Amino acid sequence: MNDYDRFVLDGRPVHFERGQSILEAALASGAYIPNLCHHPEFKPHGSCKLCTVKVNGRFGSACTIKAMPGQEVASDTPELNGIRRVLLQMLFVEGNHFCPGCERSGNCNLQALAYDLEMLTPHYQHFFPARELDASHPDVMLDFNRCIMCELCVRASRDFDGKNVFALAGRGTASHVVVNCPSGKLGDTDFALSDKAASVCPVGAILHKRVGFAVPIGERRYDLAPISAQVPTQQAEEA
Amino acid sequence: MFQLETAENPQTLRRIAIDPLTRIEGHGKVTLLLDDAGRIHQVRLHNVEFRGFEVFIEGRPFWEVPVTVQRLCGICPVSHHLAAVKAMDIIAGYGPLPPTAEKLRRLMHYGQVLQSHALNFFHLASPDLLLGFDSDLTRRNIVGLVQDFPEIAKQGVLLRKYGQEVIRHTSGKRIHGTGAIPGGMNKALTAAERDELRRDIDQMIEWTLAAVHMVAALHRTKPEFYNHFGEFDSSMMGLVDERGALDFYHGGLRALDKDGATIFDHVDYSTYESVLEEEAKSWSYMKFPHIRALGPEKGWYKVGPLARVQTCDFIPTPLADLERKKMVALGAGKPLMGTLFFHWARLIEALHAAEVIRDLLDDPDILGTDLMADQGERKGEAVGVIEAPRGTLFHHYRVDENDQVSFCNLIVSTTNNNQAMNEAIRSVARTYLDGRELTEGLLNHIEVAIRAYDPCLSCATHALGQMPLQVDLVDCEGKLVARNWHNMRPAE
Repeated sequence: MNDYDRFVLDGRPVHFERGQSILEAALASGAYIPNLCHHPEFKPHGSCKLCTVKVNGRFGSACTIKAMPGQEVASDTPELNGIRRVLLQMLFVEGNHFCPGCERSGNCNLQALAYDLEMLTPHYQHFFPARELDASHPDVMLDFNRCIMCELCVRASRDFDGKNVFALAGRGTASHVVVNCPSGKLGDTDFALSDKAASVCPVGAILHKRVGFAVPIGERRYDLAPISAQVPTQQAEEA
Repeated sequence: MFQLETAENPQTLRRIAIDPLTRIEGHGKVTLLLDDAGRIHQVRLHNVEFRGFEVFIEGRPFWEVPVTVQRLCGICPVSHHLAAVKAMDIIAGYGPLPPTAEKLRRLMHYGQVLQSHALNFFHLASPDLLLGFDSDLTRRNIVGLVQDFPEIAKQGVLLRKYGQEVIRHTSGKRIHGTGAIPGGMNKALTAAERDELRRDIDQMIEWTLAAVHMVAALHRTKPEFYNHFGEFDSSMMGLVDERGALDFYHGGLRALDKDGATIFDHVDYSTYESVLEEEAKSWSYMKFPHIRALGPEKGWYKVGPLARVQTCDFIPTPLADLERKKMVALGAGKPLMGTLFFHWARLIEALHAAEVIRDLLDDPDILGTDLMADQGERKGEAVGVIEAPRGTLFHHYRVDENDQVSFCNLIVSTTNNNQAMNEAIRSVARTYLDGRELTEGLLNHIEVAIRAYDPCLSCATHALGQMPLQVDLVDCEGKLVARNWHNMRPAE
């Protein structure tokens, strides 16, 4: 490692390969930067803003800024973690995230981040939006109450599965994920349980049917260690 | 029309409300209407919270329901969890559970009965019984109990803790775990967990037996009072197994009338609607179920400990059955109807639960790893019934072809006791309050009757925080440094 292939993250040098984003290089080195819409197999999206860092004093998304020598990157700071908590609080109140009854509890990135960043309350008034379930598919259920619009399913179906089953519709607070077919029902598409898009959701919006709660409390992913301590595992699994 | 349910001219009467009721699960109030002479014309127990679980689980996937509906309650979530999953076993098409899975569910459930019964008796009810119905209001609570009867209070706390540990080892958490899933269990019991529970169970049996003896001894001090406090005739209902034995987890429905004669027996609970009917009244969010053949006026009944130990033919563990025989013998062939017998019966059940836990822990099957039943054909509708700590609990579901719940009806234990609790407080009002100047101690008689039923009026939002409280800060020499009050007027 020399000065030309490393940047500084929270005071520590991080090695990077040419073309890597700050987030990719950090995760590869075992350093955690909070994120929700990132996936190593898909193009950076930059929508969730959880990976917001300060690069040489300026805010930016670690998933979209390329790593470069000489960068001084701040991530794990009270200021940035406070901003991330606010983003999480807004995500929690914008949807209907009722962890106590959710089968992704313990395996959910949103919940794990909220724990890790010590989000103690939702703070903001809940929207309590009225959102329907789509259980029309025999093997997969869509619970739009929990969608955070990270578009991982959109990218996976389009770029990996080649099916283009999902899309984002609406604008502003009316934005929502839709199913690309005349009826709008997942059961009327060629979506399959084996699709990448069926297993890429970081929250509890895309669920495999009839297997919920099969893993006991104590053995779920984030029962074992906080999300920030699972960087190598996360990288390996997502790849 | 029931006596004292509705006054003829309520606008001319004085209203007294006991609001909130304290040392119960959930929120409720009692209203009394009296005339100028202090004669009582109306007594009602109101459930003042609306839950709505039946509606908001509509559309949810069926496998989520056993976890969601247990949030009805923080004291008996296991009962809702298991009643729901028993229905979902059938909906999902699973056959009989492997022995290990059923025994683990039973272990979880009997652990819950033990902790819930310990909570009601030691934490909520025993301050009345051991300190006095009209004892100093500021000390008539668990803190006063700790001060005057530290050993009994300690046993109560540790019994509850033990029951919660049983739940934790079988469901992953002390409250609101996920152990049971449609078709079986998601977690096996490890040898280390079994050994940890086995280590203390004999002590739990000893303490519950001592508690039964303590209540029996209390009874002997004032037998007339204990026999007749809140006494009224009623039918009784509970689950019994095929031998007629008490069974908290599974069985057929049995109902007896006030003389102990059979109304129905070994009824398949999936047909509960053929024997039971529900009625709504405008002044309570709680429904009034009754035995269909007898109608709403005469068909109401009791459930819970006092009903269960008298509807069963025997309790299938030796110590509890012996204690049951001693208690039931007091009725000389007629069912016991005094409200305070609930406590005696509850502790007999706690003893039984501890004995069953010991037997299950000694059973080699409990460490098995075959946790899921074989799956067959899906069903669209099913009923799950269980004996919750407070009585018979019904969960009835329909699920559509997309796996979404399309219908849900819950008859929770306390709902079954609704009319009985109203009758109990009317009996107490007639005997102790009618025509007298009402003091706090007398009004507490009403609450004592309600606490005996251990009602869970909506969920586990405890009302302990409303109790009158005086806090003294004293230095190491016992000198008063500061004093503060909550929910009470300080003494002059």
